[in-house]
Amino acid sequence: MNLLITGARLIDPSQSLDAALDLLIEDGTIAKVDKKIKANVHTIDATGLVVAPGFIDLHTHLREPGQEHKETIATGTRAAVAGGYTAVCAMANTVPPNDERAVTEMVVAEAARNGWCRVYPVGAVSKGLKGEELAELADLRAAGCVAVSDDGKPVWNAQLMRRALEYSTMLGMPVIAHEEDANLNEGGVMHEGYYSTLLGMRGIPAASEETLVARDVILAKLTNAHVHIAHLSTAGAVDAVRRARANGVKVTCEVTPHHIALGDEAVQSFSTNLKMNPPLRSEIHRKALLEGIADGTVDAIATDHAPHHFDEKNVEFDLAPFGVIGLETAFAVCYTHLVRAKVIRLPRLIELLSCGPARAFNLPGGSLRPGSLGDVTLLDVDAKVEVPRESYSKASNSPFIGQTLHGRVVATIVAGQVKHEEKHERPKAQTRRHRR
Amino acid sequence: MRTASSSLKSKDLLGTEHLTPEEITLILDTAEGFKEVSERPVKKVPALRGQLVINLFMEASTRTRVSFEIAEKRLSADTLNFSASGSAVEKGETLIDTAENLVAMHPNMIVIRHKHPGSPRMLAERFENIAIINAGDGAHEHPTQALLDAFTIRERLGRLHGVNVSIIGDIKYSRVVRSNIHLLTKMKAKVTLASPPTLMPAEVEQMGVRVVHSLDEAIEGADVIMMLRIQLERQGKLSFPSLREYYNTFGLTRERVRRAKEGVLVMHPGPMNRGVEIASDVADDPNVSVILDQVTNGVAVRMAVLYLLGSAHGVEER
Repeated sequence: MNLLITGARLIDPSQSLDAALDLLIEDGTIAKVDKKIKANVHTIDATGLVVAPGFIDLHTHLREPGQEHKETIATGTRAAVAGGYTAVCAMANTVPPNDERAVTEMVVAEAARNGWCRVYPVGAVSKGLKGEELAELADLRAAGCVAVSDDGKPVWNAQLMRRALEYSTMLGMPVIAHEEDANLNEGGVMHEGYYSTLLGMRGIPAASEETLVARDVILAKLTNAHVHIAHLSTAGAVDAVRRARANGVKVTCEVTPHHIALGDEAVQSFSTNLKMNPPLRSEIHRKALLEGIADGTVDAIATDHAPHHFDEKNVEFDLAPFGVIGLETAFAVCYTHLVRAKVIRLPRLIELLSCGPARAFNLPGGSLRPGSLGDVTLLDVDAKVEVPRESYSKASNSPFIGQTLHGRVVATIVAGQVKHEEKHERPKAQTRRHRR
Repeated sequence: MRTASSSLKSKDLLGTEHLTPEEITLILDTAEGFKEVSERPVKKVPALRGQLVINLFMEASTRTRVSFEIAEKRLSADTLNFSASGSAVEKGETLIDTAENLVAMHPNMIVIRHKHPGSPRMLAERFENIAIINAGDGAHEHPTQALLDAFTIRERLGRLHGVNVSIIGDIKYSRVVRSNIHLLTKMKAKVTLASPPTLMPAEVEQMGVRVVHSLDEAIEGADVIMMLRIQLERQGKLSFPSLREYYNTFGLTRERVRRAKEGVLVMHPGPMNRGVEIASDVADDPNVSVILDQVTNGVAVRMAVLYLLGSAHGVEER
């Protein structure tokens, strides 16, 4: 597909570019980035908008196969493009789990048929996600998996984690670690702290994550493997990653938008749309995440989009399943709570959403360098939106419904094809003099 | 004629966390009047005649449920007792569906006890025209217990202001303690909590209480000693090694009570584990124990709460 995008502020952290530049896509690939490109192709006038590499989500639950009442590959990827995502990594805790080639191939085929964006499957570390025996990691890799993870559950057995990391070095893919100690959790449903005490609910201590992170960076060092820490939520984990990296360990990590924006104080409403794992933590931890984002310790923002059916969440807090959706609100939440809040600037946010994820998992995309995938996201950073209850996702378990946020995805382009478009009013009386 | 000062701000009683000192005083003063009703030969007033109150008890209870039922009947309300066992809950019906079905039959008030925190709030937000009273939601709140505890203290000591209250036992999993902390600190009493460290919840000092890990320290200078039930099922769950050890360290025995202030009150929300958290000779000693007074006062306090919330809706047609 051929496409010309003109008049925008082009931000590509992979080339340290932030300038008024036009972008030409030919045959689904970035062809040219330059001032005032002229080409006889379909043109999008992006005056007043920001053009960025298409976002990549390292952590999405598409729920297919097996849990299609929550979400499908079709609806999940539709939600993804609505959020500016041109690629998502689909987690393995489906039913049956993606612990063998057959399931990977099914996911890849269904994504090709009905997906709205690229889908990179993540395979399981252990057979059946049981945490006992290694799954056929080489076969999963060959079938198309870009990483492996038992996410949803930790790999409790340190020896199994060691062997998985070791084995993965031959396959050139990371092991994504979901870090929690079920024993320390003791049935907890929210962060252990003042608010869990006030509300009389069982708490999940920060130590549950911190102990496992400490363990896994040591194992990554031992095996010289790449470990990627999923949904970091604690100060201790940020610290452990920072120190490990300084010691040459191949560790990357991600943070979710909801952990950036929210804390355990909000759980006083008992809304089950505030129940997720790891839980929303106290302000000390949230501030540490922001510091890690600002100083480069955090490589990526990943949504951990976890759809659940309304009926499943419409129960008492204790009984509700963990998880919230996030693909459609990720940019606005992060733009509001990171850029407008002056924690980081827009290019760094774009890096966390596109180049950072691509680099972390060695994925194509995340760049507007000529020759890269023609995956592009158009943003209106001046827009103000009230988050509606309706969503492209089948599920509506979002903590942000009803909130007013800044920043909006105006269009999402995959391989030069427009997959999502919002009506956008061009700023009036703009001449072709480029704004900065 | 009802004035602003003779009713509660909220249509529900979900906890003591958000009650004002004025509202607490109103409830206690109203309860005094109702205590007198319970001492008459004909123990009935027509205040809630024609109103239907459903006691939705999804968790076991003797004391609280009976107390509410008696309170409702003394106010001439119609009562319905719903318990989870023997109901469609055993077939997997959710709380929300159970409540929706009951509400379709137009009760005026629902008294709910449930093992999950936030359940009364779920109902209060869902049913705008029904007064919801929390009879205990998990480890979160048990407001009428705290109110009857305060009533008992005020009746015996003449005040709450400046009273030293020590609460001892399984603090972590206790709704009674949380409701008491909110109420007592609002009324300017001084609260001390005592338990083994494994039974003390995180950062609880931020609630404005003193924390100690010694029974003797908690007893010293206390005007009120409130003992909490040790939930026997926790013994196997790593919180303390054995009941024997618990009794030796935190059990309230006669010798330990002897070290307390003259005129100290011993309270317990019930049910008691005799010989675990409290020795029988202390529990049954009328010179120190006000445990049965608490039960009597519970009916009066619940009558006051039902009256104040029920009459806020009155018999006006919706």
